[in-house]
Amino acid sequence: MRVPMSWLREFAAVPGSATGRDVADRLIAAGLEVETVDEAGADVSGPLVVGRVLEFVEETHKNGKTVRWCAVDVGAEHNEQRPSHTDDGSTTMSRGVVCGALNFEVGDLVVVSLPGTVLPGGFTITARKTYGHVSDGMICSARELGLGDDHTGILVLRPDEAAPGDDAAAVLHLRDDVLDIAVTPDRGYCLSVRGVAREAATAFGVDYADPAGSGVDEREDDDADGSGYPVRVDDADRCPVFVARTVTGVDPHAPSPRWLQRRVQLAGMRPISLAVDITNYVMLELGQPIHGYDRDALTGTIVVRRAEDGEKLTTLDGVVRTLDPDDLLITDDTGPIGLAGVMGGGTTELSGSTTAIVVEAAHFEATGAGRTARRHKLPSEASKRFERGVDPRAPWAASRRVVELLVEHGGGVADSGMTAVGAVPPATAVDIDTTLPSRVVGVEYTPDEVTRALTSVGATVEAGAGPTVTVTAPSWRPDLTDPYDLVEEVARLRGYGAIPSVLPMAPAGRGVTSGQRVRRRVERAVAAAGYVEAPSYPFVGEGDFDALGFAVDDPRRLAVRLANPLSEEQPLLRTTLLPGLLATLRRNVGRGNTDVALYESGLVFRRGPGTLPRPPRLPVDRRPTEDELAALEDAVPEQPRRLAVALSGAREPAGWWGPARQVSWADAVEAARAVASSAGVRLRVGNDEQAPWHPGRCAALYVGAEVVGHAGELHPRVVQALGLPPRTAAMELDLDRLVGADEDADAPVRAPAVSTFPVATQDVALLVDSSVPAADVEAALRAGAGELLESVRLFDVYTGAQVGEGRRSLAYALRFRAPDRTLTADETTAARDAAVAAAAERTGAELRGA
Amino acid sequence: MSAPNSEYDPVEVSSLHPDEVARMVSDALSAFEAARDLDELKQARLAHTGDRAPLTLANREIGALPPQARKDAGRRVGAARREVGEALARRQAVLEAERDERVLVDEAVDVTLPWDRAPRGARHPLTTIQERVADVFVAMGWEVAEGPEVEAEWLNFDALNIGPDHPARTMQDTFFVAAEGADGADGADDSGLVLRTHTSPVQARTMLARTRQTADGSGEPGRGMPIYVICPGRTFRTDELDATHTPVFSQVEGLAVDEGLTMAHLKGTLDHFASSMFGAGITTRLRPSYFPFTEPSAEMDLQCFVCRGASVGDPERPCRTCGSEGWIEWGGCGMVNPRVLVACGVDPERYTGFAFGMGLERTLMFRHGIEDMHDMVEGDVRFATAFGMEV
Repeated sequence: MRVPMSWLREFAAVPGSATGRDVADRLIAAGLEVETVDEAGADVSGPLVVGRVLEFVEETHKNGKTVRWCAVDVGAEHNEQRPSHTDDGSTTMSRGVVCGALNFEVGDLVVVSLPGTVLPGGFTITARKTYGHVSDGMICSARELGLGDDHTGILVLRPDEAAPGDDAAAVLHLRDDVLDIAVTPDRGYCLSVRGVAREAATAFGVDYADPAGSGVDEREDDDADGSGYPVRVDDADRCPVFVARTVTGVDPHAPSPRWLQRRVQLAGMRPISLAVDITNYVMLELGQPIHGYDRDALTGTIVVRRAEDGEKLTTLDGVVRTLDPDDLLITDDTGPIGLAGVMGGGTTELSGSTTAIVVEAAHFEATGAGRTARRHKLPSEASKRFERGVDPRAPWAASRRVVELLVEHGGGVADSGMTAVGAVPPATAVDIDTTLPSRVVGVEYTPDEVTRALTSVGATVEAGAGPTVTVTAPSWRPDLTDPYDLVEEVARLRGYGAIPSVLPMAPAGRGVTSGQRVRRRVERAVAAAGYVEAPSYPFVGEGDFDALGFAVDDPRRLAVRLANPLSEEQPLLRTTLLPGLLATLRRNVGRGNTDVALYESGLVFRRGPGTLPRPPRLPVDRRPTEDELAALEDAVPEQPRRLAVALSGAREPAGWWGPARQVSWADAVEAARAVASSAGVRLRVGNDEQAPWHPGRCAALYVGAEVVGHAGELHPRVVQALGLPPRTAAMELDLDRLVGADEDADAPVRAPAVSTFPVATQDVALLVDSSVPAADVEAALRAGAGELLESVRLFDVYTGAQVGEGRRSLAYALRFRAPDRTLTADETTAARDAAVAAAAERTGAELRGA
Repeated sequence: MSAPNSEYDPVEVSSLHPDEVARMVSDALSAFEAARDLDELKQARLAHTGDRAPLTLANREIGALPPQARKDAGRRVGAARREVGEALARRQAVLEAERDERVLVDEAVDVTLPWDRAPRGARHPLTTIQERVADVFVAMGWEVAEGPEVEAEWLNFDALNIGPDHPARTMQDTFFVAAEGADGADGADDSGLVLRTHTSPVQARTMLARTRQTADGSGEPGRGMPIYVICPGRTFRTDELDATHTPVFSQVEGLAVDEGLTMAHLKGTLDHFASSMFGAGITTRLRPSYFPFTEPSAEMDLQCFVCRGASVGDPERPCRTCGSEGWIEWGGCGMVNPRVLVACGVDPERYTGFAFGMGLERTLMFRHGIEDMHDMVEGDVRFATAFGMEV
């Protein structure tokens, strides 16, 4: 809402010394979000005067442009000694001005910026030579003056508006401060000068004159004898009040007064015609949306009713709209003529020939009007107001004000009759304990202050039992329905600055949960291992799954779909972190960050193949039952937290120490081990085949018997499809399963017995088939070696002629130690032999050189 | 020992003559002194203390002397050998020290050579600021609550006093999950699920968990009041990505429900939070505002931590961080609307609550001078790396 200060001052006796900024500061403190104070017209200075065109010569120049060389009377004070002839044959002094516009006649009043004038945009006017003359000023268009967009010609004033030499800035009402306020949904009354002025008057503690007077004029209500335009309301819930008045004999060519145009324009609307400008003006002033109908285009009774399914209406913006049975309509015998509270229809629109006008000022229920506006994506000035709550008592005063202005400025005659259907809904009364504001806000308010504050916002306060009072909100404050709403009024009128700062004492908490601790540990470990965190958007599309090579029946294709995605290519929610992470990797490589290792920790969204269940619509006036909440919870898709890494280029760069080490499948697996070890979980690795990994370089990651993720080098086809560097590697695992995997994770670790007896080492080289995983051989060695085994380490892998085709040699260093003695050579050998025997039995390993 | 043999015929042994012994000592000492390194010293040692060394031979000859001469010669040769041995040890120590010195010099390297073989990783500031915020509150006894990102509409809206006709519930603001066929029960044509538009549903979830009843004896009952939780997390609105907007953003919200809580406690908590994040003495300012889930509601401004208000009205000292306003818009807050308490099973007659929330992208932007949202969401490693492991 944009409120010109001159308009606000009509109703609030704000001190003359208060600037727009001062008023804005008070309003902000009272809870209105004043975003800016526009100093309209402040960018115009210098001699801007009214001039009369005395004569002109039209000249066409070599460039094809026609200009007028004008003699302009700009008043005695400003005229040069340059005599010119006037219409009536007399002679007067003037200035010579070249003008490129052709939309004026001799004798017209125009606006002349004389040399020294500064126009909006810092445009300084000087006397300059142009088209063979010295132009001693400029005749201005509306746009050049900051008066809107009209630049089709110069601005021509009406003959009775001013005289040559007058200060044009005053004539045009150029200068005004405008408060630009973002009105929150609870303060619909501030979508009017009336409401903002009331707040300003309260904030300054000065007198306020309500432009709506007392609202409903009871006497006039009695005059609603049916002699007005016939109206019938079929849906009184959605339209509790409908007031109609008629004005006839309006001059369709009568212009809007300059001040009215200027205020409408400063408020952010475009001046159009007298009748339209007046309806807008009154809406801005009182907050009551007004609709004007061309009476001669109306046929029969105006009926307010719901739309029938499939009914159509062409709205004022020329769009044909198919209506919903929930839409409330204004109709006549021809059918729909308006979307109630949102926008009128084209057939009864006020036009350039309208002389008889039916003025509608009705009250439409807030949520219904809001639904219709959203359904048709038609947020209008009217719907914006109805949706936030309009004063139901305003239609009488607003329609009367429209009629007055049409009579005064359009030469019209008000019909004696009027129509008023329905009644103002009774205001609800709220009981409030006058100690409540103090208890909620933490500031002491006396019962007297509470009563005064509520009275000053327009409420009536009646004493009740004990500390309780009964408060009836004013008709323009439909938002005041709860005691807490009243608390806010009390608090904001004293000011939030009065609230002290007191730190509450929370009881001893439980700290972060074990899951939260593990997540922090894991993410730090991954970052410490050289990975950079890169969170990505969760939006994916089928194309991402195709590129990753997911089979048609891959469960990861079962994704939650958005009804209104930002991009039609990505309407799904991710079931894996990889699409986003790999896109980020590619972006980095494209920017020259070629050696890159990334990680992301985030939620993925899983679902089964069936239809998603719909969560129940639960009540809000009580706590839902456990069963109701369980049903709600069941309908929310599973959202496990996963952690993924992706890396390409060099894992260790080339340097003076030697060549680079390129990223390989092993880095991705090692990342998983780092995650598991920081989470305190034993991870087992097995060979696997799983998209999008290289089928021969893909590791399944197990915790216990459960696969918690995969790691390895990406499939070459995936690398190609996604435009990734060759040999890009990736890992993804389910963090939640890691956190939950070890139930004893929070139990204290049992300390090991650290033996101080000497270690005995034995190296063994085992020959196995190449298909035997090294992890299996190691597991067998561990199992066979018994309790004396301290550690096993694979220190060499050999393939070649010496071991034969399809075989390989795995060399292990075994370390043995006893807790209570020095091991003898026989004991060590026996343990080694047992380990080798187990490996032989489980994996067919042969001891090399045996 | 037998009695001295007076019959013994003394044999003159020249090598045991005092002058001769002195010469041997002097030769040895000169040789040791002349040795320039440990190898030469070794040669000198063999020559002057080895089996064939003059003093060694002289020592052997002592036995050939008449008894009366033995004692004297023995003392003389013994002293000489001691002197030589000590000189050798001294020289050995000197030469070893010299050698060690030389080796250390020879082994010197250029320690400014880079050894950046292990690349540095980093965490994203959006993650680390969440941890930092959590730590501030955990230190006060608060706990960290989390919830799902695809959320039931009821929790995201209805339970928070945002009714079905509220303008926020439009496709212009909220990502809705697509409906999959009407639910027979109520003929709904929507999915009833959204991408959460704020972390407030976590507040509702926390209250519902705390007020859980187990009249039928199933499961654990809720922990009850009071509640002091902080809820960081990812949230979603249908904004296109530009320099200041992103459809996927992060928030942190706080919720306290207890007996006797007032807006003064809200203000105290926010002031403590502000000074913990932005420096001692930094405070907050409340302005009346509107949110459906709080009443009274307030906008919360942070005192500018750069100029501390000194730039206001001083064109000589403009402040880029606050635009010379002295305050920075930081978030929204208020007292929990009793309707929300009722929907979540909390008795509004007994308990009051306060809640607050702020955007973390925005917080990072003004705290760290980040000028473009793109940097925050595109995952360029150069961005996160600049922040390291903490913010």
